[in-house]
Amino acid sequence: MTDETSQLLSDTAEKLFSDHVTKNCIIEAEKGKWPDELWSEVIANGLNLILVPEELGGVGGNWMNAGILFKASGRYQAPIPLAENIVASYVLSLAGISQPADSILTILNGAFVAEKDLLSGSSPRTPFASHSTHGVVLYKDGSDLKVGLIEIDKNNLKDNNNIALENRGYIELDKASLIESSKVSCDSSLIKKLGALMRSNQMAGALESILTQSVRYANERIQFGRPIGKFQAIQQDLAVLSTHVAASSVAADFACSSMDKGNPDFAIAVAKSRIDDAISVGAGIAHQVHGAIGFTYEHGLHFATRRLWAWRAEYGSGSEWSKVLGEKAISNGADKFWPSITQGDLDI
Amino acid sequence: MSIPFNFRLTDFPVEAETLRLEVREFLSSALVDVPKETRAETWYGADEGFSRKVGERGWIGLSWPTEYGGSGRSAMERYVVLEEMLTAGAPVGAHWIADRQSGPLIIRYGTPEQQEKILPGILRGETYFCIGMSEPDSGSDLAALRTKAEKKGDKYIVNGTKLWTSGAQRCQYMIALFRTSKEEDRHGGFSQFIVDLSLPGVTIRPIIDLAGRHHFNEVVFEDVEVPETMLVGKEGDGWNQVTAELALERSGPERYLSSYALLQELVKEFSERNDYEGVTEIGRQMAHLTTLRQMSVSVAGMLNDGENPALEASVVKDLGAVFEQDLPNIAHRLMDLEPDNQGNDFQKYLAILTQISPSFSLRGGTREILRGIIARGLGLR
Repeated sequence: MTDETSQLLSDTAEKLFSDHVTKNCIIEAEKGKWPDELWSEVIANGLNLILVPEELGGVGGNWMNAGILFKASGRYQAPIPLAENIVASYVLSLAGISQPADSILTILNGAFVAEKDLLSGSSPRTPFASHSTHGVVLYKDGSDLKVGLIEIDKNNLKDNNNIALENRGYIELDKASLIESSKVSCDSSLIKKLGALMRSNQMAGALESILTQSVRYANERIQFGRPIGKFQAIQQDLAVLSTHVAASSVAADFACSSMDKGNPDFAIAVAKSRIDDAISVGAGIAHQVHGAIGFTYEHGLHFATRRLWAWRAEYGSGSEWSKVLGEKAISNGADKFWPSITQGDLDI
Repeated sequence: MSIPFNFRLTDFPVEAETLRLEVREFLSSALVDVPKETRAETWYGADEGFSRKVGERGWIGLSWPTEYGGSGRSAMERYVVLEEMLTAGAPVGAHWIADRQSGPLIIRYGTPEQQEKILPGILRGETYFCIGMSEPDSGSDLAALRTKAEKKGDKYIVNGTKLWTSGAQRCQYMIALFRTSKEEDRHGGFSQFIVDLSLPGVTIRPIIDLAGRHHFNEVVFEDVEVPETMLVGKEGDGWNQVTAELALERSGPERYLSSYALLQELVKEFSERNDYEGVTEIGRQMAHLTTLRQMSVSVAGMLNDGENPALEASVVKDLGAVFEQDLPNIAHRLMDLEPDNQGNDFQKYLAILTQISPSFSLRGGTREILRGIIARGLGLR
């Protein structure tokens, strides 16, 4: 994939989301309505298959390309599981399993085991579960690690939402049957890592959105006879917000590029940890600049900030990933601290 | 609006990673006798013998073109040398400014005579530069500076005072910004000069900092006769030249690695403890450091490609200073050990860095100035 492809992807996503992800679309989705038109467009453009190899019917892109889509979906707060479907179809492709026609995938995240091809375990916060037709699961079968595809059965599903009112279903399986499964050789914590990677990118996108909204608002809102953005206090705050937005975008890119290089563990932990801190500072500034209007449901700022507050806790909080980094750094010892940063690798 | 920054990721070329190992090898023996207090100061620590050794290796002027005696290597390779020196606590302070900005300025704007006279000494690690910008009434507001250089025959007569001049006591030269005429344009009428600090009429007085160190100076010029051949670039173009110089000054690894020694020392301390908060905090700082490094390397890549990442450089410097200044406070909170110049390594690092950390967001552009530049980039002013 070339830079041209990246540009094309970026343009396609921008056009698609700016046309379809209206404020009303998000509001309706928060009431539980599935944004059919938006999803159809995403599928028609094959965006969900960006990471699936061409021989399996996908686009054959890399993680930097996927990052563009993750970020765009965060920037627009698109109320659809695009990121989840990109990751789920990638995991299926690792196992050589093709995605059923017209399916909407979710990812099960939890400890699952199978006995005689019957799957048991639970996934407490399954993204968009109630809108999904199928679930992708990584599980243990004896000493094997397998990827499996299941049908979402409403009987095993308890509905729930995160604070951004995105569906997060509790799925509990007791000897459920698998549609298809296959052995894979990958990291047993792959789902959590990929989850952290996609959320990091989405958060980087949503952070860009709160920056652009805040700057726009500061240039429009007049108090004391001039736009509030002319006051140095506001300028300094927005400058701070922008430095965290820049850092988050770099951390997210670094995670994608490390994924493409096949050595992502360090960079994913860095991204989830760093961006969590950016949100603590950034969401506060964005709301402060917007004043009371930004605190209303009517104004759209919260579509981004509530997602940021929900996503930062999903697939491991910043603290959890910081601990992963810290423990490794300490066991490597002080002399290897700097080399591990220059190599982008904790296992040195 | 759209986001005005573009930090695309930049990879180090293979030869830079080879060079990294050479630098590590060199430092493992060259730093044996350098005391902890000096190491903690990184680029504020100066050792002329060390600078000459670095010069011998060809690591000063590494990215300068070969026709000027440089090694003609990439900015990415230079970056590797710098970050390895800083994280090892190498006393690079003597040659730092000349290598980073004075040499490149003379290559870009200097006359062949200036280049011939000055560059070889810089490359050997023997000729050192300081920067003459700030004055008593001109700090953040650089355009308010008053030191005058008046043309008389083939000389400029200089009168005035430069302040906060780092390392002037060991430098042969200053790159100074003087007022050469009065213009309507606030940024007009400035010119840059190479000033030989041994000229009659130049007085260098120490200013002792809060930690008791002699780092800053006041440099007074009384009817100093600077030959016209020492004008750098065009008369009246000083402001633009200085602005270009600042991009070199604001994005390097020295803008986030000042407290690195303390972080590494924390890793050492926590190896012997089982402390959730400490471990998590170390990981968190590691994430900040890694991200800053990717951002700073990205700026180095843009400079290498001939772009002008002035805005991105300001972002790196602002975030970098926050990171560097947080570390002494974090270390204090986690360790409950007194900062002590006579204590263990950790206590020594803590003592130095706690005291010098206020300077991190003052030198090279204050936090408020940088954020003003960023706000302008965002379209707010």
